[in-house]
Amino acid sequence: MTPPVLLDVRGVTKRFGGFQALNAVSLQVFERERFGLIGPNGSGKTTLINCVSGALRNDEGEIRFEGRDITRLPAHQRTRQGIARTFQIPRPFSTMTVLENLCIPAEYAAHARSHGADVAGEAMEILELIGLDAKAGTRAAGLTQIELRKLELARALAVKPKLLISDESMAGLSSAEVDEILAILFALNERGIAIVMIEHIMRAVMRFSQRIVVLDAGERIAEGGPEAILGNAAVEKAYLGE
Amino acid sequence: MFSFDLLLDVVVAGILIGGFYAAVSLGITVAFGLLDVVNIAHPAFVILGAYGAYVANSRFGLDPILAGLLGMPVFFLLGMLVYRVYYTSFEKRGEESLRGLVFFFGITFIIEVSLLLQYGVDYRSVEAAYVGETIALGPVDLPFRLAIPFAVAIALTVALHLFLSRTFYGRAVKAVSQDQLALRLMGASPVRIKALAFAIAIATASIAGALLIMIGPVEPSVGREYIGRVFAIAVLGGMGSIGGTLVAALILGVLESLTSTFYGPSWALAVSFGILLLVLAVRPAGLFGR
Amino acid sequence: MGGRALLAVAVALVAVAVALTRVLDNQYYYFAAYVILQYIVLATAWNILGGYTGYVNFGSAAFFAMGAYTSAVLIKAFGAPLPVLVVAGGLVSGLLGLGIGYLTLRLRGVFFAIATLALAVVLQTLIMNWRYVGGSRGIYTIRPAEVPFFANYVELLFVVMLLLALGALATAWWIEHSWVGRGLMAIRDNEEAAECMGVPTLKLKLLATTVSGALMGIAGTPFPYYLTYMEPTSAFNLDYAVNSLAMPMIGGTTTWVGPLVGAVLLGTVQQVATVTISSALNLLIVGVVVVAFVILAPEGIVGLFRRKVGKARA
Repeated sequence: MTPPVLLDVRGVTKRFGGFQALNAVSLQVFERERFGLIGPNGSGKTTLINCVSGALRNDEGEIRFEGRDITRLPAHQRTRQGIARTFQIPRPFSTMTVLENLCIPAEYAAHARSHGADVAGEAMEILELIGLDAKAGTRAAGLTQIELRKLELARALAVKPKLLISDESMAGLSSAEVDEILAILFALNERGIAIVMIEHIMRAVMRFSQRIVVLDAGERIAEGGPEAILGNAAVEKAYLGE
Repeated sequence: MFSFDLLLDVVVAGILIGGFYAAVSLGITVAFGLLDVVNIAHPAFVILGAYGAYVANSRFGLDPILAGLLGMPVFFLLGMLVYRVYYTSFEKRGEESLRGLVFFFGITFIIEVSLLLQYGVDYRSVEAAYVGETIALGPVDLPFRLAIPFAVAIALTVALHLFLSRTFYGRAVKAVSQDQLALRLMGASPVRIKALAFAIAIATASIAGALLIMIGPVEPSVGREYIGRVFAIAVLGGMGSIGGTLVAALILGVLESLTSTFYGPSWALAVSFGILLLVLAVRPAGLFGR
Repeated sequence: MGGRALLAVAVALVAVAVALTRVLDNQYYYFAAYVILQYIVLATAWNILGGYTGYVNFGSAAFFAMGAYTSAVLIKAFGAPLPVLVVAGGLVSGLLGLGIGYLTLRLRGVFFAIATLALAVVLQTLIMNWRYVGGSRGIYTIRPAEVPFFANYVELLFVVMLLLALGALATAWWIEHSWVGRGLMAIRDNEEAAECMGVPTLKLKLLATTVSGALMGIAGTPFPYYLTYMEPTSAFNLDYAVNSLAMPMIGGTTTWVGPLVGAVLLGTVQQVATVTISSALNLLIVGVVVVAFVILAPEGIVGLFRRKVGKARA
């Protein structure tokens, strides 16, 4: 029995002036799934994520979350419904401490749905899980690159999401750091969060994903499990050329 | 009393002054449209240019346009200096626009009040032999004090357009707003290019100021009227498009001229504000925007 | 300091002020104090939008003048009492803030700033053409002959402005320590991230603009009585735009204390200086100081103080 569909993207198209970034892209993410989204640079991955999270409005098509149409909703309401994302280039609240950074989504997104009071306590728990608890009182501006990536994930977790979109969280990290982030993502998935991973680091994507969708030039060109994608000629052509 | 002749004169005057507005706005189109630097101090630099022309004219008898041209290298260097300070203090730190805006506001202030202290609130104007004349072109009267600035403004606009589209540095300026990495690979330093572009923008203020004082007398607070106008034009024209700036400036000029003649001069300012708000509310990309 | 301690201080201040009016006769001090208190309101109001939220308002004079002219109209038409004036002025200026915000806040912060600049110029033009309030020739307002409790009306205005200043500070204090303030600061630090973290950015920005505008208008409501003769250039004076921006930037923008420090310091200096130097030179110095602070000490005096204290502890 397949789990219910969490995210349903139907025929999403997005243009920037004359440039077609996404062309009728459709895909589905199931509850608790580990989903990989890959494709060469400029294929539209981040644009699609921006449309799903609400940072951009798609020109055509529909986006449904838990069966509800969220296409017209502003981003902050989609977050409250349970969609969280990280940013490719970390965007911390630089004047705030690490803990305060988490309190924002905890207060604004998570508590919209469940009325608890101990925002700071919950935030500390998340920091312990991610491994940033030692830095709770440090200003975000003073973190290292990998700590910033972890902060992005911690903040996304503070949303209490049902779907977490990790946008190239591992880019530019060392091999050991990649493993750290991967472990965190697995742990989050254990907690019941569906995770969409956008990455260029193939070993991470292949290890992590249960299902993968490949985009190229704004279109979906392949879908399947890791082995199927590895052997797919169209995917090879998209990445390596003819 | 309404007459076709009057209407024609008003529209023509609007076109002529619109051309001049374009010259004033070019600096914003480059600084804000291409470099994303919100230089609200640009009108203050224009006033500075106007006073420069005034001094050259009253002290040394120089033709104002010549004075404006001679001032360009000085303003260019000034622009370089200002940009360096701006870049080191704000852009490099990645600070949001707040502090940059306050910086330029402070500069506007410093320029305006310095001029006030030096020259007082009296209106200043220039003397040039041809300024008082009018030429008749068919049914239309073209006063020289509007027509000459119009001609110079158009020349400046065309020159800037050619620079941006035909020369290496010009194209680099256009590129720097879009792809800094490619620019580096081409061997040009993005910071240098941006400083160059900003300096050129300030240099245009020298000529624009000379034209301003030809059109009418000037006193230090005149710059404030132009802030609204200039940004209305930049936004309407689609930020970063030289051609768009020209068209938008002409439109604004004509609308202001019509409003001023049929409703009174004090309402003319409301026109630019109204256009600005309207464009922002309806189509923020402007007429020709990306 | 905790909220209760601050409240106690505020009450004590009011008591002291009232006592002072019994003892001190020299009207000059009340006039000077009124101006400084007025700036406390303006600087605090500016900072709610500028310092907390990161959106610069260059047209403080517009909101201030709208409060002043709303008062003038209500006094002329109905002889309305002071509390009504304060509420009405706040309402009108608050709506103005909401309006400008609604039109421009969905775009980048830059456009809001430019719109406020243009707004001040246009509103001044409108007022100058409005004969009911005297247009460019100005309007006379006669102070009420009967003054309850105080020796004269100026002393009353002084205490009223003190109450308004305390109210403004209390508003800023509350915002800063509440979920609203945290949301605003998230917007300031990274608006796109804030939106994605569940912060309703547009709503909060509109709230900040409305509150900020309303407080500025409130600062202007006793103005017709204070001046007795008001014309557009005094109500729309550039001083207001520059000072309400300079005071928080110099004092410190991240906390409610900053604008207070900036207003008291800069306001006092200006009051003393206007006697000795021209107002133009005064403004020039302010401009230079603001630019210097923005470049060198972006966190203002409060920031410098905090760093010193931090170093002393470390």
